[in-house]
Amino acid sequence: MSDLNKLTLADARDKMRAGEVTSVELTEACLSEIEGASALGAFVHNTPEIALEQAKAADVRIQAGNAPDMCGIPLGIKDLFCTKGVASQAASAILEGFKPEYESTVTQNLWDAGSVMLGKLNMDEFAMGSSNETSTYGNAVNPWRRTGDDTALTPGGSSGGSASAVAADLCLAATGTDTGGSIRQPAAFTGITGIKPTYGRVSRWGVVAFASSLDQAGPMTKTVRDSAIMLETMCSHDAKDSTSVDFAVPNFEAALTGDIRGKKIGIPKEYHMDGMPAEIEKLWADGTAMLKDAGAEIVDISLPHTKYALPAYYVIAPAEASSNLARYDGVRYGHRASLGKGDGITEMYEKTRAEGFGPEVQRRVMIGTYVLSAGFYDAYYNRARRVRTLIKKDFEDVFAAGVDAILTPATPSSAFGLGEMKDADPVKMYLNDVFTVTVNLAGLPGITVPTGLDAQGLPLGLQLIGRPWEEGDLLNSAYVLEQAAGFASKPAKWW
Amino acid sequence: MLDLSYDAPTPKTIAGAKDDWELVIGMEVHAQVSSNAKLFSGASTKFGAEPNSHVAFVDSAMPGMLPVINEFCIEQAVRTGLGLKAEINLKSAFDRKNYFYPDLPQGYQISQLYHPIVGEGEVLVEMGDGTARNVRVERIHLEQDAGKSIHDMDPNMSFVDLNRTGVALMEIVSRPDIRGPEEAAAYLGKLRQILRYLGTCDGNMQNGSMRADVNVSVCRPGQYEKYQATQDFGHLGTRCEIKNMNSMRFIQMAIDVEARRQIAILEDGGEIVQETRLYDADKNETRSMRSKEEAHDYRYFPDPDLLPLEIEQGWVDDIGATLPELPDAKKARFINDFKLSDYDASVLTAEVENANYFEAVAKGRDGKMSANWVINELFGRLKKDEKTITDSPVNPTQLGGIIELISSDAISGKIAKDLFEIVYTEGGDPAEIVEARGMKQVTDTGAIEAAVDQIIADNPAQVEKAKQNPKLAGWFVGQVMKATGGKANPKAVNELVAKKLAD
Repeated sequence: MSDLNKLTLADARDKMRAGEVTSVELTEACLSEIEGASALGAFVHNTPEIALEQAKAADVRIQAGNAPDMCGIPLGIKDLFCTKGVASQAASAILEGFKPEYESTVTQNLWDAGSVMLGKLNMDEFAMGSSNETSTYGNAVNPWRRTGDDTALTPGGSSGGSASAVAADLCLAATGTDTGGSIRQPAAFTGITGIKPTYGRVSRWGVVAFASSLDQAGPMTKTVRDSAIMLETMCSHDAKDSTSVDFAVPNFEAALTGDIRGKKIGIPKEYHMDGMPAEIEKLWADGTAMLKDAGAEIVDISLPHTKYALPAYYVIAPAEASSNLARYDGVRYGHRASLGKGDGITEMYEKTRAEGFGPEVQRRVMIGTYVLSAGFYDAYYNRARRVRTLIKKDFEDVFAAGVDAILTPATPSSAFGLGEMKDADPVKMYLNDVFTVTVNLAGLPGITVPTGLDAQGLPLGLQLIGRPWEEGDLLNSAYVLEQAAGFASKPAKWW
Repeated sequence: MLDLSYDAPTPKTIAGAKDDWELVIGMEVHAQVSSNAKLFSGASTKFGAEPNSHVAFVDSAMPGMLPVINEFCIEQAVRTGLGLKAEINLKSAFDRKNYFYPDLPQGYQISQLYHPIVGEGEVLVEMGDGTARNVRVERIHLEQDAGKSIHDMDPNMSFVDLNRTGVALMEIVSRPDIRGPEEAAAYLGKLRQILRYLGTCDGNMQNGSMRADVNVSVCRPGQYEKYQATQDFGHLGTRCEIKNMNSMRFIQMAIDVEARRQIAILEDGGEIVQETRLYDADKNETRSMRSKEEAHDYRYFPDPDLLPLEIEQGWVDDIGATLPELPDAKKARFINDFKLSDYDASVLTAEVENANYFEAVAKGRDGKMSANWVINELFGRLKKDEKTITDSPVNPTQLGGIIELISSDAISGKIAKDLFEIVYTEGGDPAEIVEARGMKQVTDTGAIEAAVDQIIADNPAQVEKAKQNPKLAGWFVGQVMKATGGKANPKAVNELVAKKLAD
C-alpha cells in the first residue's frame, strides 16, 4: 500500500487491527517522508531507532489482540515535552544539549498505549510566538502556499512544527501545547484539527512550563475523530501535577454521534472584530448555518469582557513565564556562557540568559518581571487577574443560560508570510491570539476545525468552545461541523 | 489547665550618653519541619548526607517538574499553630518569592506571603525570676529552604549542595513584643521547647534546624506603650534586621551591640537606615548586608503550580486531639500536683523526656524528693558524663527504688548517694544492692545508744565543752556516724546525743 503516511489515525488503527498494515510499515513510510521534508523544518530531532523499536513492539501487541487505539500510531512530539534520553530543548538555545532523565506524563501515556515516536517537532522558543519564527532551530514552514505564489508561509505557532508535520503527512498526528492558542491557531493555518482540553484534563508534568495556569497539551490531527482518539490517551489524572483533576476520562470517540439536534450554539457578538476580513465573516456565517442545518439552535450571546482578554493574557502569561524561566540560569543544565576574567555569578546569569534566550523570550521575561514588580503589581498583575475572573464569569453565565458550545473564528486571517511581521509592532503578532486566549484564561476546552479556503487558497478554521470537562460533547459538535464543511483539500507538495 | 500568672518583666534600658533608651525586638524564627520528606518532593531530609544525594528532579528544578505538597508538613504546621494557641487558616495559598541564587535552583522560593496557614497566636516567655512576657505571634507560614553554597573549598569555584533545597520550614513571625536581649533568647528557647514537645521541629540550632532573623529598634521610654495602645509603628524607631542567627548567646550579644549602635547614631543626631545586617561574632559588631534601596524586589505572586490549600476543621480538630500536654500546662500541673517550686517545675519540664522521666520517678512517691534527686543527683551526674536523659544508665524504676529506700528510712541520705553511684555505674536493683552490701541504715536504737555511750565515755573533755555549748553536739553525731560506718539513722543519733549530753 502506498502513501501510508497519509492515513488518518483512525484508518491506520483499523487497518492495523485488520492486519492490512503493520506499525513498522506505517512508521517506515513516515520516516521516509520526514527524510524528504527537511525544507519544512518541522522535525528538529529525529528518533528513527526508537520509532522502529516501538513499532515492532506495537505490532506484537496488535497481533496479540486487544491493543489500545493508539497502538502503533507514528507521532511527532512537540519539543516542549521532555522525552527521556532524547533532546528536549523547547526550541531554545538555553537548553542546548539537554536530554532529560524523565518522560513527560503525556508522552508516557502515549508510549504506554503503544504509540511510536518519530522525533521532536519545531515550535516557537518556550512556546512564545504565533509564527514559529522565534525557534532556535529556525522556523518551520507551512506546507500550504498561496495560489500561484511560492512565498514561504508560517505554519503558525507556537506548535508550528506539529501543524506543519501533520498537514504535510509526515506523521499521523502530533502533540501540541496551547497557552493562548498555540494548538488552535497553527491547526487553523494548516488545515488540520487541534483541541485544547479543559485546564487540568491533561498532566503538565514533564512539559516545559511557559505559563503554568494556562498551559495545556492536546492533540493535533487530521480529523476530529483522530483528535478524539488521541486526546483520550493523553488525558489522565496525575498525582505529580497538583492542577491535574481526578475525573474519569470518557470515551471521546464514542461521543461522535453526529447528532447535535437541540444543542444550543452561541454566537458571541464581541468576536466580530473591527476590520475583520469579509472572508472570515463569511466562513463564520457558513459554519453557523451548517450547525443550524444539523439541528442546533443558534443563539446570539454576549461575552462582554472579551476585549480585555488579550491585554490580560499578555500580563498574566509573561508574569508566570518570567518566574518559570528563572531556572534557566546556566548553573545545572543547558547553555552556560563562557566567562571573562573577574566575572562573578551575576555576570554568569546575565551572559548566559542573554545568549540563551531569543528576543521574544527576553521581551516576555522583561514584561513579566515588570508587571510583578513592586509598585506595578496591583496595576497590572492583580488587575489582569480580576479581568480573568470576569472573563471566566462571562462564559459561566452563557453556559448557565443553556448554551452548549460557542462558535467563533479561529484566527483573524489565514497564514501570513514568514518574515512579514518581522518589523511589525509585537502587539500585531499578539493579535493572532485574539480569538483563542479567552479559552485559556477561562480554562475551557476549545477546538479548531478547518472549514474552508480563502481566496488565496489557504485554509481557514472555525473554533468551537465547550463547557468545562465536556470535551466529548465539544468534539461531537466539531465532528458535525467537519462533516458538513467537508474540507478535503491538501497542500500541493512542493517540498 | 491551671493558669500560671506572672508579672511582665521590666524592659531592658540602655543608658546612652544623653538619655535612656528602650529596646523593641521582633523575631522571625525559621524552624525546620520534622518530616522525612521535603515540602514539595519525596526526597529525604536526613541531615549530614553526601552532598547532592537527597535531590529530586523538582528540587534541582529540572524543566517541566512540578511541586506536590507533602501533606505531613501541612499537618506539622497545623500542629505547631495549635500548640501556639493560634488561629488555623482553613484556606491558605503558596506564593513564589523570586530571586536568583545558585542554591535556589527554581529561581524562586515557594512561600506563603499573602495567605499563611497559621494566624495569630502567643507564647508565654518566663524569665525565671517570677516574671514572664506574653509574646504575640503574628503568623506562621510554610516555605522551602534553600540549598547551601560553599565558597571556601576552592579558590576559583563555588560549590552548591542541594540536599537542603526544598526542605520544609515554618517561619514563625512574632510581633515586636520582645523588650531585651534576654527576652529574645528566652523567647527562642520557649519556642524551641514547645516545638520539641509537639515533635514538629527538632530544635537543633547547630545543624540549622532553628534560625532566627532579629528585628531591633530603639525608642525613648514611653514610646512603646503608645505603640501598644495604638499598634501604630510610627511611635517606634526604625528597625534593622539581623539575619540568620543560630546561637542564643550570639543573639543576645548581637541585639545589645546593634541597639548601642543605633543609640549612638540617634544621639549624634543621625537617622537609622532600615536595612539588613549581619552579626560578626569575632568582632562583636553588626555589618550592613544590604540597604532598603538594594533590597530585592521579590515579585511575589501566587504559585500557579499549586492550588490554594484548603483544609477541613474536622482534620484540624483531629490533630488537636492528638496534641501532647504542652510545657505551660505540664509545669502548672507539676507545681500543683507535686508541690514543686516554679524553678524545679521549669527545669523538669524544659525537655519532655526529662518531664516524663520525672513523672515516672515521682509516681506514688514524694514529689519534692523525686524532683531533688532527678535535678541534683541524676542531671548533675549525667552532665558530668555529657549524657542526656535518654541515655541515662539509671532508669526511673531504679531511681524510684532509691527514693523508696530513703523514705522508708532503710538508708540514710548519705548512703543513698553512694547507692546511686553504684546503680549508675554498675546497674542493679537498689534494694538488692543495699541488702547484699549491708548498706542498710541502723535504726536499732539499742545499737546506736551503745555507740553513743562509748563515744561519750571516751571523750569526757568534749562532753564538758558540749554541755557549755550545745552546738558542739554535732561533733558527737559525726563520731557516731563514723563508728557505725554511716549506717546509723542520723535522726536517731541526733536525738540520742542530745539526750545523753543533757543527762
